[in-house]
Amino acid sequence: MLQLVLFLFFAVVAVAAAVNLLAQRHPINSALSLIVVMASVAALFLLMGAEFLAAIQVIVYAGAIMVLFVFVIMLLNAGEEPRTPGSRIAKLLGFPAVVVVAGLLAWTLLTRNPHPVNVDLAGHFVGSPTAIAQLLFRDFLLPFEVTSVLILIAIMGAVVLASPAGTTTGPGSPERPPAKRED
Amino acid sequence: MSAHLHLWLIPLLPLAGAAINGLLGRSFPKRVVALVGNVSVGAACALAWWVFARFLSLPHEMVPYVRDYATWIRAGDFSVSYGVYLDQLSMVMVLIVTSVGFLIHIYSIGYMEHEGGYYRFFAYLNLFMFFMLTLVLANNYLLMFIGWEGVGLASYLLIGFFFLRDSAASAGKKAFIVNRIGDFGFLIALFLLIKHFGALDFSRLFPAISQFGVESAGAGLLTTIGLLLMVGACGKSAQLPLYVWLPDAMEGPTPVSALIHAATMVTAGVYMVARSNVIFSRAPSALLAVAIIGCLTALFAATIGIAQTDIKKVLAYSTISQLGYMFLACGVAAYPAGIFHLMTHAFFKGLLFLAAGSVIHSLGGEQDMRKMGGLRKHIPWTFWTMTAATFAIAGLPPFAGFFSKDEILWSAFSSEYGSWIFWAVGLLTAFLTSFYMFRLWFLTFFGEFRGEEGDDHGKHGHIHESPMVMLIPLVVLAVLSVIGGWIGWPQTIGGTQRFDHFLAPVFSAHAEETAVAAAEHSKELLLAGISVLAALLGLFFAWLLYHRRRDLPGKIAAALGGFYTAVRDKYYIDEGYATAFVRPLIKGSTYILWRGIDAGAIDATANESAEGAEHVSDALRHMQSGNVRSYAAWVAVGAAAVIAYMVYLGVR
Amino acid sequence: MVPISYYLALSAILFALGVVGFLIKRNLVTLFMSIELMLNAVNLAFVAFAWQWKSLNGQVFVFFVMVVAAAEAAVGLAIIIAVFRTRETLNVDRVNLLKL
Repeated sequence: MLQLVLFLFFAVVAVAAAVNLLAQRHPINSALSLIVVMASVAALFLLMGAEFLAAIQVIVYAGAIMVLFVFVIMLLNAGEEPRTPGSRIAKLLGFPAVVVVAGLLAWTLLTRNPHPVNVDLAGHFVGSPTAIAQLLFRDFLLPFEVTSVLILIAIMGAVVLASPAGTTTGPGSPERPPAKRED
Repeated sequence: MSAHLHLWLIPLLPLAGAAINGLLGRSFPKRVVALVGNVSVGAACALAWWVFARFLSLPHEMVPYVRDYATWIRAGDFSVSYGVYLDQLSMVMVLIVTSVGFLIHIYSIGYMEHEGGYYRFFAYLNLFMFFMLTLVLANNYLLMFIGWEGVGLASYLLIGFFFLRDSAASAGKKAFIVNRIGDFGFLIALFLLIKHFGALDFSRLFPAISQFGVESAGAGLLTTIGLLLMVGACGKSAQLPLYVWLPDAMEGPTPVSALIHAATMVTAGVYMVARSNVIFSRAPSALLAVAIIGCLTALFAATIGIAQTDIKKVLAYSTISQLGYMFLACGVAAYPAGIFHLMTHAFFKGLLFLAAGSVIHSLGGEQDMRKMGGLRKHIPWTFWTMTAATFAIAGLPPFAGFFSKDEILWSAFSSEYGSWIFWAVGLLTAFLTSFYMFRLWFLTFFGEFRGEEGDDHGKHGHIHESPMVMLIPLVVLAVLSVIGGWIGWPQTIGGTQRFDHFLAPVFSAHAEETAVAAAEHSKELLLAGISVLAALLGLFFAWLLYHRRRDLPGKIAAALGGFYTAVRDKYYIDEGYATAFVRPLIKGSTYILWRGIDAGAIDATANESAEGAEHVSDALRHMQSGNVRSYAAWVAVGAAAVIAYMVYLGVR
Repeated sequence: MVPISYYLALSAILFALGVVGFLIKRNLVTLFMSIELMLNAVNLAFVAFAWQWKSLNGQVFVFFVMVVAAAEAAVGLAIIIAVFRTRETLNVDRVNLLKL
């Protein structure tokens, strides 16, 4: 019972914040709304027994990524969104598409589940760090390592893309003479 | 089986000559071109005579001599091969074609000396010889058809030899197209033969046809085939109604007119009918059609000939008329007579054309007889040879034409397929033939020269005899025109009729015709006498109107008025064809085929599809707006579609 | 006692809202945030399924999704900065140099 109430509370908060994200004109407000959504989602993770993920969600997603977003918004100081004529196609096709997508997804998920279960924390299914770590470093070791490489690439890419033009040079100066061999 | 007659060489030697002259002749000097062209045909001629000598000594069962060299088509049971078929008929044809052809080649060395395209001329002429020899030596109808079409092609090339002249080019086209109409009939006949007999080669086909009985009058398979074959022959041999191309074909050089349109190509139709005698003798209606067409054509062309002023046109209509005689002979099943006349006609008509060419050459290109006259003093050799030919064609004994023409007239009268009507028309035609030929003779060689001074041979300044290389063939043919008929000296006057006996085995169904009862002899003599009288009458009137009283022709023409102009203008048949067939065809082609289908449908399809592609890409272009949000919208739409499909799959 | 389908429905709604935002918004940064919203919705669905099948693989996958989202956010924001530097605007409709 308590779980249902908690679920509904956090679900409503999440949806409201998401709608607010769409409704706000200044990006900083949207960013803050998104943080609220993420927090709600973290709570919902907890309700489903994914402790580790909930922690990760708050620390990484809300704490790092969204902070990055806020930095960029403040850096660029873009200001409120002016009213410019938008894309007609987007409005014409987008809304129905979205409704269709949402409707289909929801309907499918709601009615077509062959094994409907209930989330009940009394079932002792918990995503503890130990359990996650065991999976991560054994069965999914390779993807884990690959993602670390991915992050590295992302870092380098971000640095290159964001730096002002002309300040980054290629690896090594082209004028260095080749090393002599002392044999 | 050791008799190798090497018949395949006979057509291939001229082909080699054509290839050499055609491909390399441009850079050869004229001497070499002439050498190549003549040696190839000369060698073929010599080989033909050698074969003849061997042929005479072949054992009986080896005749007809058939040899297959290679298979051409094989489709189930039906097969056609490259091969030769040598019996008496094709032997005679080979000898005529190669010998007369060789003489004309020699003549051309001199005649074409001053013309451009010397190598082209000899190449085409040799090509013609190749096709003609293929035609006569073929052992099946399809190979014969190849030769048939090929001589049509060579004729087109040679008629339009002076292709820069509009009239020549048009004449070439006309010849080919009218021929084609006849060829269509020939083809349908071939199809019927394939369908019903499953074979086209003579050795298999004729025995199969012999199983049939004689068809009663009216339609039947063999009658249909026979009539269709006749349509083909009408086209090739210029009979009614497909004769219109032959007078126009005079646009070609005179040796071409001599060889192709007198001696050989136009006789291909007669040869084909004679070769198909097995079919015709079982289809009396078709035979009757042949005779009627031949008879009418003979008369019709002769009437036109008497009013022509161009020397070559007179000879052209004369050729049509004489071909009519040959078909009349075949039509009354007197095939040997038809072939006999073919042979003598090759001699004297070939000679007439060559001599006319000599006359034209000496006058520097003048062909209008009204501007000639009194030439016998200037060009005596030409005069005497042409005289021999004229007497021959008129049918005066003992020249060649008398024997052959007379045999035809007698057969027309006495044969079981003949009737006195054929004979009467033939007699009238003989009178007209004699008349217009002697008219030509008198106009050209007698009286005073009526041409202008400027008509003289521009280069030499006066009328002169032709060079020796042109005269020798004239003399040879003149000799043949005199004595050539003696080989068929009829029994009634004490001869042995060797020619007919020679050809008899080919037309075995009528071997009994050769026996002539004694009671018939007197009738035959009587009819012969009448025909000689007709010829002499023609000579008399020609002498009267064109030598004695030169004012008369004009008065007669004026008196006849419209009738005369109709005859002179060829009864307006060409104009009639133009209105009835040619113009509607051209209009139909232009509006329906060209504008309607080609430009309207085919081109339009291509253009429309291109335009359609343009429209489609124009519509799709808007997807690439550069607008990120519309891209996003498309992504969303696509994703929705995919999800919907997957849901649909899952639901099913 | 929350049926799993509730979580899934919530995930669907959040995802749809993310799509709507992606289509509506003009500001580049806001666009990106809509994408993050979508990713969050997907994460929610993953965890729900992980519960359903009693398999922790779903949660591990969420881990990887987060990593990728982080990388993508970093690079994407760098691009936005570069775009802002050249075009002086964050209006996505102005970033249309590829227009025909």
